[in-house]
Amino acid sequence: MKVVVCVKQVPDTEAEIKWDVEKGVLKRDSMDPITNPFDEFAVEEALLTREKYDCEIYAISMGPERAQEVLRNALALGVNGVYHILDPQLSGSDTFGTAYALAKAIMKIGDVDIVFMGRQSTDGNTGVVPGEVAAILGYTPLTYVSKIREIDFQGKRIVVERAIEGGFEVVEAKLPAVVSVIKGINEPRLPNLMGIRRAAKMEIPKWTCDDLGLDKDKVGLSASSTRVVEISVPPPKAQGEILKGDLDEVAEQLASRLLDLKIIK
Amino acid sequence: MGDVWVYIEHREGSTSPLSFELLGIGKKLAQERGGKVCALVIGESVDQIAKEAIEYGAEKVYALTGGVFKNFRSDVYTKAACQLIEKYGPDIILFRSTTQGTDLSSGIAGKLNVGICADAISVYHENNVLKMVRAAFGGRFNVTVVNERATPKLITVRPKAFEMPEKKDGQKGEIISESVGVSDSDSMMKVVDFVKSAVTVNLVEADIIVSGGRGLGKPEGFNLLREFADLIGAALGASRAAVDSGWIPYEHQVGQTGKTVKPKLYIACGISGAIQHLAGMRTSDCIVAINKDPDAPIFKIATFGIVGDLYQVIPKLIEKFKAKLGK
Ligand SMILES: Cc1cc2nc3c(=O)[nH]c(=O)nc-3n(C[C@H](O)[C@H](O)[C@H](O)COP(=O)(O)OP(=O)(O)OC[C@H]3O[C@@H](n4cnc5c(N)ncnc54)[C@H](O)[C@@H]3O)c2cc1C
Ligand SMILES: Nc1ncnc2c1ncn2[C@@H]1O[C@H](COP(=O)(O)O)[C@@H](O)[C@H]1O
Repeated sequence: MKVVVCVKQVPDTEAEIKWDVEKGVLKRDSMDPITNPFDEFAVEEALLTREKYDCEIYAISMGPERAQEVLRNALALGVNGVYHILDPQLSGSDTFGTAYALAKAIMKIGDVDIVFMGRQSTDGNTGVVPGEVAAILGYTPLTYVSKIREIDFQGKRIVVERAIEGGFEVVEAKLPAVVSVIKGINEPRLPNLMGIRRAAKMEIPKWTCDDLGLDKDKVGLSASSTRVVEISVPPPKAQGEILKGDLDEVAEQLASRLLDLKIIK
Repeated sequence: MGDVWVYIEHREGSTSPLSFELLGIGKKLAQERGGKVCALVIGESVDQIAKEAIEYGAEKVYALTGGVFKNFRSDVYTKAACQLIEKYGPDIILFRSTTQGTDLSSGIAGKLNVGICADAISVYHENNVLKMVRAAFGGRFNVTVVNERATPKLITVRPKAFEMPEKKDGQKGEIISESVGVSDSDSMMKVVDFVKSAVTVNLVEADIIVSGGRGLGKPEGFNLLREFADLIGAALGASRAAVDSGWIPYEHQVGQTGKTVKPKLYIACGISGAIQHLAGMRTSDCIVAINKDPDAPIFKIATFGIVGDLYQVIPKLIEKFKAKLGK
C-alpha cells in the first residue's frame, strides 16, 4: 500500500518576484521559496492516511536544485521516502510536461494507490496538473476533495467529498486515484526538531529524464506548447476616491454612487 | 477548420445564464478565424440546453446524450469529449475555469497531450496569433501566453471575464446529435450524493459581494454584513483572517487560498488588503473599501473608500439603501 504526495516549491507571494523576460520563465533561484500552501494539506492528508491505514508515503517534487528543500520538509514530517525530479531539460515545462514527468515518476515508484496533490499552486495557479496526471496514468481523477470518508486499500475503493460550486458531492471511486485537496481538509502539523535534524542529514535521491524514461519531445521549454510571450504589470486601477464628509454624508454619497452603477436593484 | 467550441456546463441538467457566457467571446474569435462557434453539450438529455445555446449565439451544437452522462464525471466526460474532438477537429475549446471546466479541460489535455491556458482573463487575436492573458502571482503580473502548435487549443476562462452574449429568440443553429461509445463501465467513479450548501448565493457567480475581515472583531459581525448583503442582493465573502478565526466557513474565503471572484461590485469591510486577499478579488469591476485605517492597502485599489468604523458606516448605509430602494 503506497501513497505518493506531489509537492511543489513556490515563491512566497510577498517576495520580490523576478522573471527571465527573455525565456518567459521565473527566476526561481532568486526568490524566497516556500512549500505550495495547498501541498501542505496534501502532505498532512497522506500522514493521516498512514496513521489510519498503515501505508507508505513517498513525496516527489519536480523543480530546480533548491526544490529539495520542500522534500526535506516532507522528510522532517516523516514520509518514508522522497524523489527529486531534477534535470535541466525539464526547465520551462508547461503543465502537460510537468504532469507527464510526475506521472512517469509515479509509475516508477509503482503499485501506488493514491496520489495526493494540492488543488493548485500559488505561482502557476492553474490547478490543471492533478487532472492531467490522472488522465495520463488512467487513475480516477478526484479533485477539490474536502474530506476523505473512507479508504479500502484491499478492495481498491475510496469515498470522498468534493467541494464544487453550490455544495459538495459524495463520490465513490476506484483506486488508484489522484486526490487533489483543498484548504480545510485538515490542519497541517509542523515538523519537530528531531525530524528536522534527521531530515537534514538524509540523502535526497534524484531522478533525471533518462531515469524516468521521458520522451524528450514532451518536456522542457522547447516542447511546451504554451509559451509566455509577454509579462507586464497590470495598469493600476484609476486612483480611487476617498469619500469625504461626516458619517451621514459619506453614506449618502456612497449609496447614490453605487445606485448610479445600476448594479444594485 | 477554425471552429471554436464552447463547453456548456450544467449540473444534472440545470444551467444558469453564466453557463452560456463564453458563447459571446467564442463567436468573436470564430469570426476572426473564419470558423463557426459551436456549443459542446454533454448530459442525460440536453434538448433545452442546446436550444438555449443557439439563442445565445451558437451556430452549431454538438449534443451528446446518454444516461451515463447524468452527473458530471470527469473520466467519462473526458472520454466522450475526446472522441468528438478527434472526429471534428475544433481549433479552440473554451471552458469556464470552474471546477467542472478545469476537470474536463485537464482530462482532455492529459489524454491528447496538449497544453492548457488556464484562467485567462483576456483572449484575442493579434496579427492572426491567438493570445491569452492570465494573472500570475496574485494579479501582480499579467502574463501573455500563446499556444501556437497545440490543436485543439484548450483555454479556461475566468468567470465573468467577458460580456454576457445577448439572448435572442429565433436564432438559427444546427443541432448535431452524437452518440459515442461510452458506458457506465468506463467510469471509475460514481456520484452518490450532492449536498447543497447552506450558502444560497454562489460567490463565483455573484454580481455583488460584501466581504468581511478581521476588522469585524467578532463572529456576530457577520450578522450585520449579512443584513447588508441581503438588502442589496449580495453574496457574503470573507478574508482568511475571518475564516481562520472561525467566524465563517471556508467556502466564503476570497483570495489566493480561497476563491477567485470577479463581481461587478466588491465591498470590503474591515479587510486590510493583503496581497493574498487582493489575489482573489482585484479584477472586480468596482471595489469599495470600508476601513478605519486610512493607510490600509485596500484603499490603493478601491474605486470608492470610506475611512471609518464599519459598525457605524454599515448601519448608516443600510438605512440609506432602505430609503432609496424603498425597502
Ligand atoms: C500562503 C498564504 C495564503 C493566504 N491566502 C489568503 C486568502 O486566500 N485570502 C485572504 O483573505 N488572505 C489570505 N492570506 C492572509 C493574508 O496575508 C492576510 O493575513 C489576511 O488577508 C488579512 O485579513 P484581514 O484583512 O481580514 O485582517 P487584517 O489584515 O488584520 O485587517 C483588518 C483590517 O480591519 C480594519 N478594522 C479593524 N477594525 C475596524 C472597524 N471597526 N471598522 C473598520 N475597519 C476596521 C483594520 O484597520 C485592518 O485594516 C494568506 C496568507 C498566506 C501566507
Ligand atoms: N513541479 C511540481 N512538482 C511537484 N508537484 C507539482 C508540481 N507542479 C504541480 N504539482 C502538483 O500539482 C498541484 C496543482 O498545481 P498547478 O496545476 O500548477 O496549479 C500542486 O498543488 C502540486 O501538488
